[in-house]
Amino acid sequence: MSQDLTRLTAAQLADGMRAGEYTSTDVTRAHLDRIEATDDVIGSFISVTPDVALATAADVDRRRAAGEDLHPFAGVPVSLKDVVVTAGIRTTAGSKMLEDWVPPYDATVYTKIKAAGLPVLGKTNMDEFAMGSTTEHSAFGPTRNPWDTTTVPGGSSGGAASSAAAFQAPLAVGTDTGGSVRQPAAFTGTVGVKPTYGSVSRYGIVAMASSLDQVGPLGRTVADAAALHQLMAGHDQRDSTSLSDGVPDFLAAVEAGARDGSLQGKRLGTIRELSADDYDEGVRAAFVSALELARKAGAEVVEVDMPSLRYALDAYYLIMPSEASSNLARYDGMRFGLRAEPETGPVTAETVMSTTRAAGFGAEVKRRILLGTYALSAGYYDAYYGSAQKVRTLVQRDLAAAFEKADVLVSPTAPTTALPFGVENDDDPMALYLGDAATIPANLAGIPGMSLPAGLANGMPVGFQLLAPAREDARLYEVGSAIEALVTDAAGAPLWAGVPTDYAAESATTSA
Amino acid sequence: MKYEDAVATYDPALGIEVHVELGTATKMFDDAPNTFGGSANENTTPTSLGLPGALPVVNRMAIEYAIRIGLALGCQIAESCRFARKNYFYPDLAKNFQTSQADEPIAFDGSIDVELEDGTIVPVAIERAHMEEDAGKNTHVGGASGRIHGADHSLVDYNRAGVPLVEIVTHPITGVGDRAPEVAAAYVRTLRDIFRALGVSEARMEQGNVRADINVSLRKDADAPLGTRTETKNVNSFRSIDRAVRYEIARQAEILDQGGAIVQETRHFHESDGSTSSGRPKSDADDYRYFPEPDLVPVAPSRDWVEEIRAGLPELPAARRRRLLDDWGISELEIRDIINAGLLDPVEATVVAGATPDAARKWWMGEIARVAKQREVEADGLATPANVAELQQLIDDGKLNDKLARKVLAGVVEGRGTPSQVMEADGLQIVEDTGALEAAVDEAIAANPDVVEKIRGGKMQAVGALMGPIMKATRGQADAGTAREMILARING
Repeated sequence: MSQDLTRLTAAQLADGMRAGEYTSTDVTRAHLDRIEATDDVIGSFISVTPDVALATAADVDRRRAAGEDLHPFAGVPVSLKDVVVTAGIRTTAGSKMLEDWVPPYDATVYTKIKAAGLPVLGKTNMDEFAMGSTTEHSAFGPTRNPWDTTTVPGGSSGGAASSAAAFQAPLAVGTDTGGSVRQPAAFTGTVGVKPTYGSVSRYGIVAMASSLDQVGPLGRTVADAAALHQLMAGHDQRDSTSLSDGVPDFLAAVEAGARDGSLQGKRLGTIRELSADDYDEGVRAAFVSALELARKAGAEVVEVDMPSLRYALDAYYLIMPSEASSNLARYDGMRFGLRAEPETGPVTAETVMSTTRAAGFGAEVKRRILLGTYALSAGYYDAYYGSAQKVRTLVQRDLAAAFEKADVLVSPTAPTTALPFGVENDDDPMALYLGDAATIPANLAGIPGMSLPAGLANGMPVGFQLLAPAREDARLYEVGSAIEALVTDAAGAPLWAGVPTDYAAESATTSA
Repeated sequence: MKYEDAVATYDPALGIEVHVELGTATKMFDDAPNTFGGSANENTTPTSLGLPGALPVVNRMAIEYAIRIGLALGCQIAESCRFARKNYFYPDLAKNFQTSQADEPIAFDGSIDVELEDGTIVPVAIERAHMEEDAGKNTHVGGASGRIHGADHSLVDYNRAGVPLVEIVTHPITGVGDRAPEVAAAYVRTLRDIFRALGVSEARMEQGNVRADINVSLRKDADAPLGTRTETKNVNSFRSIDRAVRYEIARQAEILDQGGAIVQETRHFHESDGSTSSGRPKSDADDYRYFPEPDLVPVAPSRDWVEEIRAGLPELPAARRRRLLDDWGISELEIRDIINAGLLDPVEATVVAGATPDAARKWWMGEIARVAKQREVEADGLATPANVAELQQLIDDGKLNDKLARKVLAGVVEGRGTPSQVMEADGLQIVEDTGALEAAVDEAIAANPDVVEKIRGGKMQAVGALMGPIMKATRGQADAGTAREMILARING
């Protein structure tokens, strides 16, 4: 084949298959080959599922040949973060605790992806139970950033982001609890969206913090992210917190944003409390230049206040571990997953539970369980969890006021570009926790957020974050697609086109 | 110490927590069937097994049942209430937290009147009625008598995990003195009757559908603050409740008399000797790390819905009992027996179908109950109220006597038709053919001259000795009154 199918976007692949230029089997094989050739170095995947992917592809090809009505993206492959429960396919959540767990049921997201005919290439690497922002906290080894394999891809959806950036998958499903889709998207030069809370069902998503977790799409373009979001969204009667309203047309929003002059009169709000000092200079410069492009295209840049921001991080680091401590209580060796018996002393339910939990959880997970257990304890609840919920209300109020003045809020997604390995230090977790300052307000308030490439700083991608009011996800796609077009025009090519594709001598063979 | 001495010295206070399993088709938070029995772990879904990623969804019918209970107990119904997680590790708890309602019960501030055997009414204030899910069931294998101690391994069955429960908590019940045991039992019985009337549960104590935890404390007098309490768990028959309270009052009084202090703890009740024994210490500082269940949205029953449920409530047992006592003129004891036998519905329906209350009660509590017991089936499945009313009508019309009526009933029970049809088919109607009866009477007189002699001599009860042969000759179809008149007319005529 003359064309490298892995370099195409999901939208292009969908068009090409519809036009009969190639089949889903061709596309799926090309991506599986690319994974085979590169994943020893990149490490995006915990499990690769060629049989499952090729079976879906063959089915789609057969149905297409038979003239059946197919989903517009049928046949376009996708990777799933290993937190999406898949019947018959091992689902680990990046933890030793679930190393051999093959679930008996499907997440709603997986059901929808199967129904639409998207071949699932495999399950991507992540920080254990989605706790972390580098993917170093996986029990299955690190994932490398394709832009520089000495750096992390971000986290916790690091494998998802790197699979999209390294042309292993055109689409990737991640989850975002405090920035876990947006920050890795920023680090890998991809587009990642955290939808409005409840937009995508959480049924079958291994939970970290129920009130903050949200499934989100990643892709190399805003349009691809929109397409995956469109496919996954919608009310699910198995998730009480899923929104019951109809799903807006995100692809129409992308088209509207791509038209000339779409930014005319749009108010982009910068957040006073996220001041320049909080960002690396290169990050700030890339952000400012992208913002300047938007201004020149007719957008109005306004400044908004978010006085509660300084408390938001504290609130997040109380609510998240509190909910996680309870959600992770079920991993006790009694019903599924790892079961470890004590080497000495009596084997009782209590000792099996404690031995299993000691053996199965990594340090970061244990840290958060301890924090959460403490924060919920009698006598501390009001001071910690109770106060944190009040801050959450303040954040929502501040954001509501900010959205009176601005259509979307903008900031760099993360204070730095991708960090080298080992920066996440178990002795000083606070440094990394602080990196989430720009992303967590969206989770606390349940509003949608997007990270898209703003440009490069020292050769590494910088993320541009957009936030919109709850249920206004379409606004992200409209404004995001406009900014994406401006940044692409200014650089002469999409940012992702410049990512290195050969990662190490021993894995330098290219796919046919 | 003797119970009588204990209550002479101390004033007991009770607090009762009753759990009732709701009879919804599916579980509280998932669509697994809510049925008793079944093979182990058959009635489960990813949610009731607590699998990673599975989420709860509130069962609307369970909410409706809880509201029915709340309204029947005179409670207010919350405009909005949240579920909370009660966190603790135990193998029968699939998620290692129980989804319950901590500070926000669906129903609160109610009161019911409990009627004791002698008609005394004791009002009981209800603090709250809240919803929660049941846990699974552990079975310990290999040890003595199924106890965990000494067992080689334990098995867990999650069929019960997630079954909807409503827990009803009283305010302290004080001022009942030596009647505390009776009040406790009568309160739980009253609730049981209400659950059945509301149709929210089969409320079978023996299947654990209704379980009571009984708190007892003693104080010197009614003005003193409440004493330290013990909580006797899972007492599940009315008699056991009475015995457990009685035992605890005597036990605590003895400790207090000797200058000791009551340990706040849970206790187990033993059916064998009516005693209680120490369980685990229970302090008010037990830390379950409650927090609002983030996987569920608040339950906010609209006022319209609540009023609709209120309007649809059936007549409650206390009101019904008072009405039937007035209408029927039977005794408290008689109606209590009918209620305990679970036969108030068919008896009332039989009265509505035309039988007298006495006759209806006699048939259902007598012959039908006897047959049901013999066959080990439910009495109300054996005959319809219309059958029973018709049977009685045949007696009242003189077509059947009691003995024949029982034969007819047996045919009805076998499904051979209505009483009239069975009577016709089997030719069981009382013989009105005086010719046949006269012949039988004459024959009996001729065959028993010595008896005739006695009757002539004024021993009227000797007539009975002739009835046997007459009934035999007429296959029991003779009307005893008519036969008697004929005998006397022949002999003395």
